[in-house]
Amino acid sequence: MSGAQLRAVRVSGASLTRVDPLGAVLVAAGAAALLFLPFVVFKSNRIVPGDPRSLIQVLPAWGAFGCAALLAMSALAALWVTDARVRLMLALAGIAAVALAAAAAGDALTPPGDRIVRIAPGGAFWVLMVCLGLFATDATTRLKPGPAVRVLFLAASLALAGVALAHGTFDHLSVMREYAVNAERFAREARQHLKLAFGSLAAAALIGLPLGVLCHRAPRLRPAVLTTLNVIQTIPAIALFGILMAPLGALAAAVPLADRLGIRGIGAAPAVVALFLYSLLPIVANTVAGLKRVSRAAVEAAHGMGMTSWQVLTKVELVLALPVILTGVRVVLVQNIGMVTVAALIGGGGLGAFVFQGIGQTAIDLVLLGAIPIVTLAFSAALTLDALVEVLDRVKA
Amino acid sequence: MPRAATVVRLAALALLVAFLTKPQSFAPLFAPLTQYGAPPIYDQGNLLQLALAQLGTVCLAAAASSLVAVGLGILVTRPSGAQFLPLSRTLVNIGQTFPPVAVLAVAVPLVGFGEKPTLIALFAYGLLPIFENTLVGLRTCPPAVLEAASGMGMSARQRLLSVELPLATPLILEGIRLSLVINVGTATIGSTVAAKGLGEVIIAGLLSSNTAFILQGGLLTGLMAILLYDGLAALERRLLRPVTLD
Repeated sequence: MSGAQLRAVRVSGASLTRVDPLGAVLVAAGAAALLFLPFVVFKSNRIVPGDPRSLIQVLPAWGAFGCAALLAMSALAALWVTDARVRLMLALAGIAAVALAAAAAGDALTPPGDRIVRIAPGGAFWVLMVCLGLFATDATTRLKPGPAVRVLFLAASLALAGVALAHGTFDHLSVMREYAVNAERFAREARQHLKLAFGSLAAAALIGLPLGVLCHRAPRLRPAVLTTLNVIQTIPAIALFGILMAPLGALAAAVPLADRLGIRGIGAAPAVVALFLYSLLPIVANTVAGLKRVSRAAVEAAHGMGMTSWQVLTKVELVLALPVILTGVRVVLVQNIGMVTVAALIGGGGLGAFVFQGIGQTAIDLVLLGAIPIVTLAFSAALTLDALVEVLDRVKA
Repeated sequence: MPRAATVVRLAALALLVAFLTKPQSFAPLFAPLTQYGAPPIYDQGNLLQLALAQLGTVCLAAAASSLVAVGLGILVTRPSGAQFLPLSRTLVNIGQTFPPVAVLAVAVPLVGFGEKPTLIALFAYGLLPIFENTLVGLRTCPPAVLEAASGMGMSARQRLLSVELPLATPLILEGIRLSLVINVGTATIGSTVAAKGLGEVIIAGLLSSNTAFILQGGLLTGLMAILLYDGLAALERRLLRPVTLD
């Protein structure tokens, strides 16, 4: 790009009269959704299709006016404001307004004491949330926040959402109705989900790290190990779960101790083993790649200082390779949180139980009760570990 | 390619074709895995049709994600679209953070049961590898080559079509290949919402606790993924030889 072109781009970016192209698309989509799609859907019970209600129909006049004013302000910011901080604040204000409007709609439409009616967020709600979410994401990427700020922002958002949920703000919305019915089971399945995801990660790290070091030290082993792990990846998750049921079932039948430890053909055991097998490849491959990146000079210097081979490995090589290894851990954790969902099909429990039960009953609220926490978990894990990798990379540099 | 590897590949292909066309001849192999006289080979549908249906879904999703990911990659590497680079990167990353099962489940009420939710889930999940590889391919074109192209009087459009894209093609194809292979396996989950595919065989096995079904569904899918990856790699090597610079 020539200097003149570059200047032209910079000037047009800073000018106030030019409409932000992304903002224009988002505002158009959001406005169209508000006009043509229902804001909430009123269902007389949990599985019937419902009646659409628009934002103006469901809120008292002052509420609808306030919400509309806030949305109009975010729209203006999306179109013309260039300061990323202002953009982010108005995007977040918009998200809060839409969420509270849905909550208020739930309160207003539910007859007092009723437990059967369902008020579900409608198309306009979801489109607005996606548009405002994109708007906020764009503003955040423009601000280029450091890793610590990103994690703090995530923690603050989660805490805020937690407070609103605990306070009962959304209690009259359909998903929270499903939660109210399943509260005890939800806590159990959520714990099980985390146990499966982190347990198999821990096992994979325990075995994968030494295996990676071994592959690095003995290059002859490398192709065989990596090819085997690659082939395992191609077996679909539900099949691997199923295939492992038979040998684990046989083991439980033959060894009473295994049965007492909970190792059975059905349930959590085949899920943990399958997730462990899937997790090995990213960890081993990244350990090998990380160790390969360590400069020979550093290793030789460490040897020259009189370190033993073990000290060189633990104090120099693994420390320098840590960011790459952690990238592997991030891949595994996000992948595991998603795949544990499928474990519900073989009786392994986890939040997938709600998802598949919901699909079976065509009860979308139940599906969302499982899917929303899973997505939140996966997203939080990815964000946190990305930040950690970045911090370590900086420390090393 | 070493000869032994070729023989192994051809043998694997022959095995896959034989199993899909004449599944009953493998019955004795799977019989020991069944109990109480259950059928050792999936008998509620044609394995070949199921495999082709799965492959079709995967290819359609991959075509859509390739189109979007490559288009987005080109857009954000042009001066006019550079401002969208960080956002598109974030979005594509989010696409892969969303577990496919969750996408599938949420898509069902919107588009109904069948192939469509699977297509949506596979599309979102397959974007990342293609987009990242397109970016790397387009950004690592040697500046000298680009300057030479401009010096020859090429317009920005000509430069993109006849210099940058051809140079980035090997990396883009690798991204597509990766996305295809991941999705062959992921597509089996689609059978939980009634998409046609080998996942049906696995689910039938899980429901009737017939290990033979689970094993054949899983092995066929795995074999298909490996052969697809390998076959496409071989095809690339053949097609791209005249284009590479060195």
